Amino acid sequence: MLDKRMPLDAVVAELRDGMTIAIGGWATRRKPMALVRAIARSGLKDLTVIAYGGPDVGLLAASGKIRQLIFAFVSMDQIPIEPHFKASRQAGMQVWEMDEGMLHWGLRAAAMHLPFLPTRVGIGTAIADDPRFRTVTSPYDDGETLIAMPALRPDVALLHVHRSDEKGNVLTLSPDPFFDELMARAADRTFVTAERIVPTAELGLPGNARHHLVERSLITGVAEVPFGAHPTSAAPDYQIDMAHLRAYAAAEGDAWAAYRDRYVDADHAAYIAAVGGAEAIRAVPAPVY
Amino acid sequence: MAENQATLADLLVAACADVWRNDPEWLATGITPIPRLGASLAKLSLNPRLMITDGENMFLEEPAPIGPRDDGPVAEGWAPYARTFDNLWGGRRHALVAPVQLDRFGQANISVIGDYAAPKAALLGARGFPGNSISHPNSYFFPQHNRRALVEGEVDFVCSAGYNPVRWPHGKIPHRLELRRIVTNLCVMDFGGPGNAIRLVSLHPGVPLDEVRDNTGFDVVVEEGAIAETAIPDAAALAIIRRLDPHDIRASLIKGNPPAVRAA
Repeated sequence: MLDKRMPLDAVVAELRDGMTIAIGGWATRRKPMALVRAIARSGLKDLTVIAYGGPDVGLLAASGKIRQLIFAFVSMDQIPIEPHFKASRQAGMQVWEMDEGMLHWGLRAAAMHLPFLPTRVGIGTAIADDPRFRTVTSPYDDGETLIAMPALRPDVALLHVHRSDEKGNVLTLSPDPFFDELMARAADRTFVTAERIVPTAELGLPGNARHHLVERSLITGVAEVPFGAHPTSAAPDYQIDMAHLRAYAAAEGDAWAAYRDRYVDADHAAYIAAVGGAEAIRAVPAPVY
Repeated sequence: MAENQATLADLLVAACADVWRNDPEWLATGITPIPRLGASLAKLSLNPRLMITDGENMFLEEPAPIGPRDDGPVAEGWAPYARTFDNLWGGRRHALVAPVQLDRFGQANISVIGDYAAPKAALLGARGFPGNSISHPNSYFFPQHNRRALVEGEVDFVCSAGYNPVRWPHGKIPHRLELRRIVTNLCVMDFGGPGNAIRLVSLHPGVPLDEVRDNTGFDVVVEEGAIAETAIPDAAALAIIRRLDPHDIRASLIKGNPPAVRAA
């Protein structure tokens, strides 16, 4: 019997200094934040992070874990500027900036084991000035010059899902799967945190088929971490905790040490207690757009 | 001010709506509240064919009011990000977005202010601007028309392509580059000047031409003859705007919330 269950800290123990890590979710939604906080507590360093970034990137940047960021944006939606990313970026953090779709395309190229995928995205912009991007000429009659978006191959993808069985059959129940599937396909290994680990029969397949993220052969390990995306959302189970994100955003400069002490240098149970407990998280209202 | 009189914010919503007036059945995306209200007004008045989203991942049958509301809007379709990319790469969208900087080529910036390696201000990152700019028509909104926003020279980091042949491979215009209109708190402009130069379309009521010139980092083409005045929204449009923004969020977005017609 396949049993891929492991504790949260055992996932972190699989990571190494200098690794390239793709973090799933999008901005303030379905980020594996418990795992991110565990990395922030660890001795890991010099990570290259690939993300549709939110507080995952900000927290790792504030904790000095990022050597290079591969990104299209870092934002917390209603708090458009992520202050910890902003501070690190202004202090000279290495970045490789690209369009959201180029990030998608780079992961897709890696997922398909291609060296690159051609795209027009980036043409005519300063993104194309970066020597890490090269162009390719269409071999057909149009002869168009396109950007050859190179494959982005993470060593590890870290995702947060709603349900998993012990074999790594995972479901994301939220309305947008984002690009987590491509991250899992692009990475050498994928570890997930799950709200709940359930018996296979309770995954609700085939009814939930559309929520089945990826085949289980791509999942290396599963850690059960209820509320593991907080303060980002894992809708419909719970919503974005904007009040907490505002407190996190306000913890700039000298205020960071107190935030870190209370919310980062705490194991997951202590963190959940510090943010008000399970009922308080479940009671956070859905955001209005 | 009489109760039924339009504010400048109302006029800007209506001017934003007008960018989608003649569009085909496709996605109208307005980013930040005034462009979003514009897209919603366009769908409810000028162009019911338009599709709009909830700003997250659903297409809506009818536009949702902004701010707190009781009823969930009726969804008519699914718009996860992967589909949003597929749709926009297919060209079936017109976006009206609010960059931090724009230059005379129509190149826009939301990434950094100052030096790229160690910026004076790190903003969002290029987001989807590069792909949007060469995939479908784009328009721009500036709530504060000044020389920090409408800059001399190039923007600090070119996130979206514009009419700048120096940046085009072999000087060939990108496949679907099409910049439509610029709406600011002073005027409406388009790219109808010689060589796609930025051209004045209309001044908002009571705004002198020199104020536009003094607050723009590049020359704006002004055609000979009388200068048009931006239309003030009529009673029907105002009623829709008030329904779409029942908490008057738009009043807080334009400094001082002045009336649409500037006092002489």
